[in-house]
Amino acid sequence: MQNMRKIRVLIAKPGLDSHDRGAKVVARALRDAGMEVIYTGLRQTPEQIAETALQEDVDVIGLSILSGAHKTLFPRIMELLRQKDLTDIMVFAGGIIPKEDASQLKKLGIKEIFGPGTPTETIIRYVFDNVPERT
Amino acid sequence: MLDEKSLKTLEQEQRRWEQTTLQNWLKLSPERKKEFQNHSGIPIKRLYTPEDAEALDYMRDMGFPGEYPFLRGVHATMYRGRLWTMRLFAGFGTAADTNQRFKYLLNEGESGLSTAFDYPTIMGYDSDHQMARGEVGICGVAISSLRDMEVLFDGIPLDKVTTSMTINGPAPMLLAMYVAVGDKQGVSRDKLGGTTQNDNLKEFFAQKLCIFPPKPSVKLTTDIIEYCARHLPKWNPVSISGYHIREAGANAVQELAFTLYDGISYVESTLQRGLKVDDFAHRLSFFFASHNDFFEEIAKFRAARRLWARIMKERFHAKNPRSMWMRMHIQTSGCTLTAQQPLNNIIRTTTQALAAVLGGTQSLHTNSFDEALCLPSEEAVTVALRTQQILANESGVVNTADPLGGSYYIEALTNEMERKAMDYIQKVDEMGGAIVAIEKGFFQKEIADSAYKYQKETDEKKRTIVGVNDYTTKEEKCPIELSRIDPKVEQQQVDNLQKLKRERNNKKTKETLEKLHYTAQKDENLMPTIIEAIKSYATIGEITEVLRQVYGEYKELIVI
Repeated sequence: MQNMRKIRVLIAKPGLDSHDRGAKVVARALRDAGMEVIYTGLRQTPEQIAETALQEDVDVIGLSILSGAHKTLFPRIMELLRQKDLTDIMVFAGGIIPKEDASQLKKLGIKEIFGPGTPTETIIRYVFDNVPERT
Repeated sequence: MLDEKSLKTLEQEQRRWEQTTLQNWLKLSPERKKEFQNHSGIPIKRLYTPEDAEALDYMRDMGFPGEYPFLRGVHATMYRGRLWTMRLFAGFGTAADTNQRFKYLLNEGESGLSTAFDYPTIMGYDSDHQMARGEVGICGVAISSLRDMEVLFDGIPLDKVTTSMTINGPAPMLLAMYVAVGDKQGVSRDKLGGTTQNDNLKEFFAQKLCIFPPKPSVKLTTDIIEYCARHLPKWNPVSISGYHIREAGANAVQELAFTLYDGISYVESTLQRGLKVDDFAHRLSFFFASHNDFFEEIAKFRAARRLWARIMKERFHAKNPRSMWMRMHIQTSGCTLTAQQPLNNIIRTTTQALAAVLGGTQSLHTNSFDEALCLPSEEAVTVALRTQQILANESGVVNTADPLGGSYYIEALTNEMERKAMDYIQKVDEMGGAIVAIEKGFFQKEIADSAYKYQKETDEKKRTIVGVNDYTTKEEKCPIELSRIDPKVEQQQVDNLQKLKRERNNKKTKETLEKLHYTAQKDENLMPTIIEAIKSYATIGEITEVLRQVYGEYKELIVI
């Protein structure tokens, strides 16, 4: 039965900005593609996001941020996931994130960063192709 | 507007045309699509004729500029007299950084200021709050106390310029600061001109920067409306905003309807204070987005003016025509800008700005072409301002009032938008008003559905976005240098704030905050007490914290 489990995705909004249009559209697109999606709502602290990921036993986290605070908040989130031994979760991100920041953030373990204009289909495929195998 | 005989002839002739010329042409050259629609899903006909404007009664439905129902504009001479206010939204880094940008823009011919605050300020946190980490001065200017505000307006005489402030939850605090700076400059309060956005209702379903629950939020909005009606005669206490509703994903009809509904709600809440409608309604102002569909947007602005005039006259029995006029600020639509091929955004912004002008706006912000990538650079801001100056000085569209009035298409579309918006307004009335609709998630769901539909249409290429889903370039090089905020800003701002807290008269600050706590528990207008607290250099964070204790915090209703 383990294999039949739907992919569980946490769509999370760290930071103070309230641009949730993209996060909600992605949440809905992943849900329509058959995944189990939990959306955190706005202004979640890194601690809250890591805790929800643990409680909800998710396979994937999608972080959405448009406030420019990604360089402060993403490293903190990745650190907390490590502390909670949640490093097998695949983390991707989206928002207004300049290219040079994106390459730095990828070094922290964020697998992919989607910029404005990305079709939802690209994100769906990416999640299907990169979701970690559950052991 | 044709007599019966002419209409009949027209109908016959149109039928003939359809069966002959049109049919023959379609055989040779079929149309590109089966159905043409605008963003609101209104089907667009192949051709509009006098038949489509048949029901229009010129004096009832159009009238003259400067007169009810204001379809043709709020001023008699429109841009022949005075151009719209060119007002560019600006704010980043510290107050000193933004002060320089303000002066640059004024020097380049901007005619009014518009302030963007950073997220901590908007959410009522001081720069040294834990929630502010990484956000200070990033998306706007960091303002924690009157001291920052004094720096922000240093060397800018407040009786010579009007200032718009995009602030909602902490609007009473920012308005209090503006008043305090004015007092220091020796500008009398009846000369202070500007706008506080102060539209808390739309926060719950559109911009979503809410601090307090809906009822106290509307109370604070109403406090400002009431205070301004009595003490700040030139201030627009609220900018009833469709912009954020649209940016969150609504279509044009929803933007129109939900914005006007918020307006209705504020009129009602202010009437409950015992003011008469003609005491304050002339100072209510509006704020819309100008999106991509050119004619739909123009029709929306015109419909908004006529519908508001009718609501004010028929629903609220206003007597003064100025209570019925809708003055508007328009911003070109940020969500239409693309990160791909960013120079194309100049063209998008130009057509959107043109729609705003043809729609008769009083004030306009044009986006910078780099805004899908970063905060605007000085170069990009200058192009945005020049776009307005070119429209105003070179295009000739300013030479007559409402130049598209009487176009069969525009008038038919204006009628249709007004009718559809009215249906929504009725629906929300039946639901029990805006707060009930928010609590039920009605607005949220409507907007989320439209946003999803828009994205799906884009993904399926039913909607072309140049550079994104068609006409793409491989290996794009970024043609511009992205502006960056110096990471030292946060520390600087925190240091300044801590210095302030050491230097101010802390006993006095504490007293004013205690008084605020006491007043907030009563049903009194909080503006005078907040002005006192601000003048004693209480910070935004401290004042918001007092109000959080009394009012509680809003917990988001999640609607996907």
